[in-house]
Amino acid sequence: MRRKHLRSLGAIAVVAALTLSACGDDGGNGGGNGGGGATPEFNGAVGAVFNASDKTGGTLKMGKSGDWGDSVDPGDTYYGYSWNLLRGYGRALTMFKVAPGKESEELVGDLAEDLGTPSEGGKTWTYTLREGLVYEDGTAITSADVAYAVTRAFDREVFPNGPEYFNGYLDYPADYKGPYKTPEMDISSAIETPDERTIVFHLKAAYAGFDYFAMTPQTVPVPKDKDTGTKYKEHVISSGPYMWESWEAGKKYVLVRNPEWDPATDPNRNPLVDRIEIELNLNAEDVDNRILDGDLHVDVAGTGVQPATLPTVLNDEEIKAKADNPGSARTWYTSIIPTVKPLDNIDCRKAVMLAMDRSLYQAAYGGPLAGGDIATSMLPPTIPGHIDFDPYDSAAEGPDVEGAKAALADCGQPDGFDTNIAYRTERPKEQATAEGFQQALKAVGINLTLKPLAEGTYFSDTVGKPSYLVENNIGLATNGWSADWNDGFGFFSQIVDSRVIRPTGGSSNLSVRVPEIDALLDTAIGELDTATREGYWGEIDELVMAEAVVYPGIYSKALTLRGDGITNVFVNEAFGQYDYISMGVE
Amino acid sequence: MSVTAPLELPIGEESHVLGETGAVEGRSLGQIAWRRLKRDKVAIAGLVVLILLLLVAIFAPWIVKAFGHPPDMYFRDQIDPNTQVPTGTFGGISWDHLMGVEPQNGRDLFSRIVYGSRVSLLIAFLATLLSVVIGVTMGVIAGFVGGWVDGVISRLMDIFLAFPLLVFALALVGVIPDSAFGLSGNNLRILILVFVIGFFNWPYIGRIVRGQTLTLREREFVDAARSLGARRSYILAREILPNLVAPILVYSTLLIPTNILFEAALSFLGVGVLPPTASWGEMLSRAVDYYSLPYFMLWPGLAIFVTVLAFNLFGDGLRDAIDPRSR
Repeated sequence: MRRKHLRSLGAIAVVAALTLSACGDDGGNGGGNGGGGATPEFNGAVGAVFNASDKTGGTLKMGKSGDWGDSVDPGDTYYGYSWNLLRGYGRALTMFKVAPGKESEELVGDLAEDLGTPSEGGKTWTYTLREGLVYEDGTAITSADVAYAVTRAFDREVFPNGPEYFNGYLDYPADYKGPYKTPEMDISSAIETPDERTIVFHLKAAYAGFDYFAMTPQTVPVPKDKDTGTKYKEHVISSGPYMWESWEAGKKYVLVRNPEWDPATDPNRNPLVDRIEIELNLNAEDVDNRILDGDLHVDVAGTGVQPATLPTVLNDEEIKAKADNPGSARTWYTSIIPTVKPLDNIDCRKAVMLAMDRSLYQAAYGGPLAGGDIATSMLPPTIPGHIDFDPYDSAAEGPDVEGAKAALADCGQPDGFDTNIAYRTERPKEQATAEGFQQALKAVGINLTLKPLAEGTYFSDTVGKPSYLVENNIGLATNGWSADWNDGFGFFSQIVDSRVIRPTGGSSNLSVRVPEIDALLDTAIGELDTATREGYWGEIDELVMAEAVVYPGIYSKALTLRGDGITNVFVNEAFGQYDYISMGVE
Repeated sequence: MSVTAPLELPIGEESHVLGETGAVEGRSLGQIAWRRLKRDKVAIAGLVVLILLLLVAIFAPWIVKAFGHPPDMYFRDQIDPNTQVPTGTFGGISWDHLMGVEPQNGRDLFSRIVYGSRVSLLIAFLATLLSVVIGVTMGVIAGFVGGWVDGVISRLMDIFLAFPLLVFALALVGVIPDSAFGLSGNNLRILILVFVIGFFNWPYIGRIVRGQTLTLREREFVDAARSLGARRSYILAREILPNLVAPILVYSTLLIPTNILFEAALSFLGVGVLPPTASWGEMLSRAVDYYSLPYFMLWPGLAIFVTVLAFNLFGDGLRDAIDPRSR
């Protein structure tokens, strides 16, 4: 036993050293590799452009395991890779700057000349479209087309996938059902188009971050006479530099240059390739192998290589140099449910926070490279407003067993207690997380029973339902959240606001019930000054951690592969993926 | 021939009357079968493996204590944190970890294989027992009573055989509550698995038993018993059932490996026993993620393969020994 003990100490040191060196790599590349050049380097496309080039022409080959997750219809998409690609054939009112590093946090006008102009304290937002905008068929793009695109996405029966921001915030008439079912209804209370280049949005309540809404693909113009509802996705009319050549469901998508796109109207994009081909429904491992063989350039999904490919990539310096390790605005965490006894006592919750071994969480998600960095709080570092703080000493090696035991004694449960941990059956990483908790918490006498639950009803019927948690004694529940864009509102609004918890279920917030946080959220939403608003996100983050109702696991990262022969590659941090509309081929 | 056509089961019991030159004394059918079985080297090899497997399952805690580690213990020091696979060669095989360790958390594979045998064999045996009990009861009733009863039971068997078992099992295990029937957690899971696997497999045994009963019912010794005034229950218990023992035994032996595979399939699909309990199917399922390193797949795969093969070889040998005409 002694021998093993010593060895495991050594291992922890190794783990720590590797983690540190990984961090060092990140820092080193942040500013260094600006000049490009063709020498492959690990993380060469993170924070900098790898192999910068102006050479145009050629075909970019992308692949994806499984079918396209949502749709290519701008009114019906929600996946990051969909939005990433969509910028190639659709222009929204605003967009994130197309650039590596922190620059991509900045919103700029796309169809609109500039960002929106707020009035009435943020209740009304006005955008002016650029001059000379045309579709792929040469017809002019008007503000009415943008208004139509926003309203058609209102119909959730036709477009179930997109975000709900406009639907929730715009001041539509009470019985409005979208342009398909109520085409004659007057919606000037929500959207007005006083002339062909001006569009005005009226909100129910002031919202300072409306430019983020205007960035979603729902503002990509759709010509009303070409709209075919659910069939529109088969040929989306392009407003961007690429247009659809063919759309074969579940097989292959092909985009070619849009001859009508005028670079003079578009200061943000610099498309290089002439053709983009996307193969669908490939085997996940096959995608990795084909990229390594030079047969594909990029995995569209952007979620990183499969576990089986990981050793191949990391154990070979030459292959590793073709990999990048971008982070994304996603945190994997475990909710500690304060309505379940004895976790209603904050000291018992703290005992869980202290007793868990963070490296097990990280391992469950694939380690520091494929999984991500150990999280010290909820808000991921890619989101402006994130502050580095570590209230439970997560950076320490191994769990704080003594501290946890002391917390248990304070809680009146010195011998520990029994509870359940829920996770989604379909997600092996969450299962590994639950097993890790079970393993680590055993050391202080907290006995966990694993409770696998179906993914499809996880939030609607089981852990998302407060009564279910109490009745089934579920003290812990693994989950995670990814912001729709790098902004505190997008990250926090659904997961720390106690008012989204409904007795009937369906809430993504499982454990945070702090009135102070609700009030802070309201203040932040109406705050027009960006810096002040971002300050609130850090404050909310600190409050959540102080309550010990969420155990932060990891800030998600992915190990992605850059295919052979691609130029001008960089990770767009708005998506945490390669920027698909900027790549070229040699 | 005696009235009851006896058939004892002398397996494992050395018969003294058997010799090369042989006395003239009569041999029972069982004795003859055992003699045939002993000559079938492949079947005996299967039997030896099975006995070893049973011993492994029974003495798992002691074996693991001597050669392994607690099956749930993490050995993160054996794992490269970046690639998540063991740092050692061949999946981390060493004197300390005889079959290497699992990727990601470094649990000892040898210990998990040993403990996994318990789950596989326990569920397979209990499920087979359930199938046999239901199958024999239904089969004997159908065959012996005949008429509309036979019709109903036979159709029932057809329905069960046509049932999409795997889909049903997946759905059922997905909706079972946390605790039911006074059980909870893993015990409940095992009960459900035994039920699902056992309850839907009975028609295989049922059909064979029904067929055998139909022919036995018309045999002279049954007629004789009947004409002597024996009651139905007596005929069933003393004339029919003893003659069914052989086919039941053979088909149970052949059903067990099917059930082992089925349990492995369910565990592979994530609806087997609850983690962290080790089971071969679950180990295989985890190993698939790391298919580029085949070591992790090798051991559970080998365990399932050897067990199923041993049961099948022994079962085939047993059938040949008891009923040479079926060869």
